[in-house]
Amino acid sequence: MTATEMLPRRFTVTSTRRDTRDTHTLELAALDGKPLAFAPGQFTMLLAFGVGEVPISISGDPARPEVLQHTIRDVGSVSHALATAPPGAVLGVRGAFGTGWGVEDGRGGDLVLVAGGIGLAPLRPAILRAAAARDGFGRVLLLYGARSPEEILYAAEHRAWADAHGIDVQVTVDNGPHAWRGRVGLVTQLVERAEFDARNALALVCGPEVMMRHTARALVDRGVPPERVRLSMERNMECGVGLCGHCQLRELFCCLDGPVLGYDRLAPLMARAEL
Amino acid sequence: MRAIAAYLPEHPFFAGLDPAALELAAGCAVNVHFRQDDFLFHEGDPADTFYVVRHGRVSIQTRTPVGAVVLDTAHDGDVVGWSWLIPPYRWTFDARATEGTSAIAFDGACLRGKCESDPTLGYALLQRVVQVMSARLYSARVRLLDLYGSDS
Repeated sequence: MTATEMLPRRFTVTSTRRDTRDTHTLELAALDGKPLAFAPGQFTMLLAFGVGEVPISISGDPARPEVLQHTIRDVGSVSHALATAPPGAVLGVRGAFGTGWGVEDGRGGDLVLVAGGIGLAPLRPAILRAAAARDGFGRVLLLYGARSPEEILYAAEHRAWADAHGIDVQVTVDNGPHAWRGRVGLVTQLVERAEFDARNALALVCGPEVMMRHTARALVDRGVPPERVRLSMERNMECGVGLCGHCQLRELFCCLDGPVLGYDRLAPLMARAEL
Repeated sequence: MRAIAAYLPEHPFFAGLDPAALELAAGCAVNVHFRQDDFLFHEGDPADTFYVVRHGRVSIQTRTPVGAVVLDTAHDGDVVGWSWLIPPYRWTFDARATEGTSAIAFDGACLRGKCESDPTLGYALLQRVVQVMSARLYSARVRLLDLYGSDS
């Protein structure tokens, strides 16, 4: 740990966008002008001055480190202050912290990204990284589960990912109105049916822990080696640098050893209740 | 009929059934096609048929005072309906084609009769129906958690 890891840098909100009923995307720029380089999958500790600090995954394009992008779900006092920060507001940023997805490890095989709800936000940089180097991968699939059609994240981008980059985007929702003509069901059902070469695939999974547990099992059942199934464990990170222990998962610090961890390490821990 | 008998071994639901069992099942089946928004069946009606989807999409839905809600969708290779096997043989939900859908429709009474006279066929079909029911129950239970709407 260094002193700078604990000291927030000041960023200003340059634009905001409402994605869904309770989710907003902010673009920020460093007041000192220095870009914030990051690996897809990493997070920052985002500070609303006078309110509090929370870990938020970076959802922007790793090829554009001068633009820090965060997609934030408004679920508590701090996330509300962040999600509703107007253009011009100044926020504190520590990081980037944690392990990344290691998208490059999927080169030469199929890349399967499985997201649930706002779990698509931490995977977006991985999608953009894969799209930018599309020829290096076999099939690239995005299997996405959302609560309802209205809560589908980045819906406008899905078609571009499919059309411009040949990404097979499949979406399912938990329930839909009569007018919904898409799929209804679990994201694991997409995993069971999707066409990919499991033995040579790299699978990146992000969503609620229960969803990840079920999805990881479905991927392994399909034949993806457990060490090639990577999950983003977003436990209760507070310091971001492995000091406070709030995000500890037995011997692992999710902020330091994770958030991205292989299912081969996580499977025995995820099987335990209340760990 | 030959077309149905030839297709059944390729369908996940019938995979692994021996040729004699497939022939018996095919004897109760016809090809059907539904246009977009056609209903396969309605809640409360007698459940005398079940469908295997060849191509298309079917929504399993229910009516509420504020409109219909889609509970599940079935796609290529899926089975729609198991109420034909369980008394009182009545549909519990609506099923609507959300796009043009080709399916094979099985006469439930015909198939029940063959299952009763051929317990081996009956057991094999019941095993397959239970797998479908188990998958739907699993899906419903996990979605009951409302994972994407909560902090789970």
